[in-house]
Amino acid sequence: MSILDSKIPEGHISKKWTDYKDHLKLVAPNNRPKIDVIVVGTGLAGSSAAASLGEMGYNVKAFCFQDSPRRAHSIAAQGGINAAKNYQNDGDSIFRLFYDTIKGGDYRAREANVHRLAEVSGNIIDQCVAQGVPFAREYGGLLDNRSFGGTQVQRTFYAAGQTGQQLLLGAYSALSRQIGLGRVKMYNRHEMLDIVKVDGKARGIIARNLVTGEIERHSAHAVIIASGGYGNVYFLSTNAMGSNVTAAWKIHKQGALFANPCFVQIHPTCIPVHGTNQAKLTLMSESLRNSGRIWVPKKKEDAEAIRAGKLKPTAIAEDDRDYFLERRYPAFGNLVPRDVASRAAKERCDAGYGIEANDTNEGVYLDFSSEIKSKGKQSAFAAGNHNPSEEEIITLGKKWVESKYGNLFQMYEKITDENPYETPMKIYPAVHYTMGGVWVDYNLQSTIPGCFVAGEANFSDHGANRLGASALMQGLADGYFVLPYTVSDYLANEIRTGAIATDSPEFDAAEQRVNDQINKFLNNNGTKSVDYYHKKLGLIMWNKVGMGRNEQGLKEAIAEIAQLKEEFHQNVYVPGTANEMNPQLEKAMRVADFIELGQLMAIDALQRKESCGGHFREEYQDAEGETLRDDENFKFVGAWEYKGDDINNEELHKEALNYEFIKIAARNYK
Amino acid sequence: MASKTININLKIWRQKNANAKGSMETYKLDNVSTDSSFLEMLDQLNEQLINERQEPIAFDHDCREGICGMCSLFINGEAHGPDRAVTTCQLHMRKFKDGETIYVEPWRAKAFPVIKDLVVDRSAFDRIQQAGGFVSVNTSGRTMDANAIPIPKHDADKAFEAAACIGCGACVASCVNASAMLFVSAKVSQMALLPQGKVEAKERVLNMVRTMDEEGFGNCTNTGACAVECPKEISLDNIARMNREFLKAAVTSEA
Repeated sequence: MSILDSKIPEGHISKKWTDYKDHLKLVAPNNRPKIDVIVVGTGLAGSSAAASLGEMGYNVKAFCFQDSPRRAHSIAAQGGINAAKNYQNDGDSIFRLFYDTIKGGDYRAREANVHRLAEVSGNIIDQCVAQGVPFAREYGGLLDNRSFGGTQVQRTFYAAGQTGQQLLLGAYSALSRQIGLGRVKMYNRHEMLDIVKVDGKARGIIARNLVTGEIERHSAHAVIIASGGYGNVYFLSTNAMGSNVTAAWKIHKQGALFANPCFVQIHPTCIPVHGTNQAKLTLMSESLRNSGRIWVPKKKEDAEAIRAGKLKPTAIAEDDRDYFLERRYPAFGNLVPRDVASRAAKERCDAGYGIEANDTNEGVYLDFSSEIKSKGKQSAFAAGNHNPSEEEIITLGKKWVESKYGNLFQMYEKITDENPYETPMKIYPAVHYTMGGVWVDYNLQSTIPGCFVAGEANFSDHGANRLGASALMQGLADGYFVLPYTVSDYLANEIRTGAIATDSPEFDAAEQRVNDQINKFLNNNGTKSVDYYHKKLGLIMWNKVGMGRNEQGLKEAIAEIAQLKEEFHQNVYVPGTANEMNPQLEKAMRVADFIELGQLMAIDALQRKESCGGHFREEYQDAEGETLRDDENFKFVGAWEYKGDDINNEELHKEALNYEFIKIAARNYK
Repeated sequence: MASKTININLKIWRQKNANAKGSMETYKLDNVSTDSSFLEMLDQLNEQLINERQEPIAFDHDCREGICGMCSLFINGEAHGPDRAVTTCQLHMRKFKDGETIYVEPWRAKAFPVIKDLVVDRSAFDRIQQAGGFVSVNTSGRTMDANAIPIPKHDADKAFEAAACIGCGACVASCVNASAMLFVSAKVSQMALLPQGKVEAKERVLNMVRTMDEEGFGNCTNTGACAVECPKEISLDNIARMNREFLKAAVTSEA
């Protein structure tokens, strides 16, 4: 019997959550203040969980490494949040959102979790509006929607290109209210560096105060990890500079299984790499694919001329453009899921049609000229001008585009120094989101009792590919509407426990582990910076565990990362001391964990001899270059158990995926 | 977009910790790509310092796409540097000339004490939010349907424009009085413009303004520098709206 029990309740999919929730144990209001809960991370999942649990009356301590909980990287999500409201009357429903998410994830997500997500999606929008989140509205005063990839309905709610910001500020306001009321104690500029287990249960954390360097002990009856994803293992990604895997990796080392680490989302529309000193890639929202058309030149010589700076894209005739997504996937066109769009862009660039003059010629166009014309004409008619001139149309069209995507266009212009209203954007795929994460059961509890994991940090809802506008949905669903119930059920057995002491041998041991690591780095006296190694790791990951993977490359990656790990620990130089603000030390601790995780990602990708979603094994594709899934042998969640310092020794546990309510099929967007 | 490189001189504020005395130090950095962002330039300088066994410069940053509000920096006497409507992470080196000397300082304000080098403590902003920057609704999700109250698009758009504030503190740093009026008024306006926020409008504005004063921010004298330097172009109209809200609340207050 596997150690994995997903604890999915019995019953019809549409009733599971309601029935289950009705039978969960409760903690009476007078008992809640006696119980401590730690929340690590203050993105959508963390701040909504901390706010909700604080409001219920638990004694909550929340931690973030940034200078304020409002900075968490959920803030950078641009395009929107999905919810099955069917306000647009285009046939949407809870089942359809559930179905689209399972299909979008290429049948590698857990049915029961995804259905629950779809069920609570509508409440999220109600909640956010009640909190004063200023979503985009129609002239009639009702909420506006748009489309995202992998769907044929309009169910995405948005606030210009800053939806994540507005939702996070909503959750932050709920959290701030609880902090003000004294029900949540906030620890800004603190980083969790280990978990403390007592009798097998999560009982606290060790955190470093990033201002003073002090190592602190915090105890609790339950610990919630909501620390986000691990995309920065690639060095270059759309993640924030501080985004890291450390909290998740530390609990993995203490017994939490890590699931599907190889499932990484490479987002199709990011600004291409410009140089070797670049530290970060910038996303251009998927919402732009509502209005933009993706293309490369049909003729190789045109692509070459563009790269050489001799030809402008606007000079290429309509017939000489290859709108390759519309050509290959007529049913979904430019709005195919992210993994499909990314691979198609890579295929064209590998074939020599890339338009960007960087080292790898990697870039394709995202062109708004058709939309500017069509919306300009529409605007003219709406204003009573039924015979607009070409010039009027273009002016009005640009205005329309600005009202929808103004901040994204400005962001693009600032970075590239090119005006996307006049010339198409240049884009290319970049690492954006990680579907894999800490394995959790239906309660979002990891294999460490009392340690729950929410949001991007867990693995549960997106299978092998996440649909656009679903990350925000999951973060808030976990924090507002799932954890308050399931954590309470766990805590019902803790009402007699009393305060957890921090002067126990378990806390001593955990603190010792942290101090040993810090001292090792500061006394290492090597010759190379942390970034030097992080960049090396990133290159291995991007080239061999990136958009296309094969057996040989993965085996090489595993060996190269093992070698890198050794070099890093022998030769990294970390300046400064332990008892002060020391950003290089923070980075070193994070990169140490990224290196180990990177190796596990390659091992997981090697094990999964199939292509599904974002995991593309070049050996497993059909004649048209589409992914070939192997449901017979790989319809499972691969959850890894830590077995000591050599990552090669990690043990794989399998959670079988059963599709009772959705007919499993080849994913087809044609 | 012809990429080229420039050589620059930097005068940067160094301060060991909150209690130490700081000073401007001089650095020389060659081969900076004009496509690099200002923070990528600082990464490059730090890499150089680390390789020379000198202590790298501490500065706040995170998302590097102009939305988290973590980056700050007073560059050549301007919050977020010479460009308009950008944060420091969106400022690019193409805005500087070869051979130029660039001055880099932390935010200067009594309410934002320096922690180290270019890093300051902006937790006063959090405390203002905790005093009233919210709608007192529980997180049950059992409110009312999101479309139950239609909100005129104009009001929703205005509320969004105010809500776009990223809480970076450029307004405070740019103000001769180190006033936080633009920041506070943006939150007060967002809520005052929406029906959901109107219920507690009075308590909100009184509590937030009181906390703002307690935190040591200065008074507003309508110089408007805050709005000029604001990376999100938050409008001065918000300050006018907050003044009206405050007056309304103060004259009808029961206390």
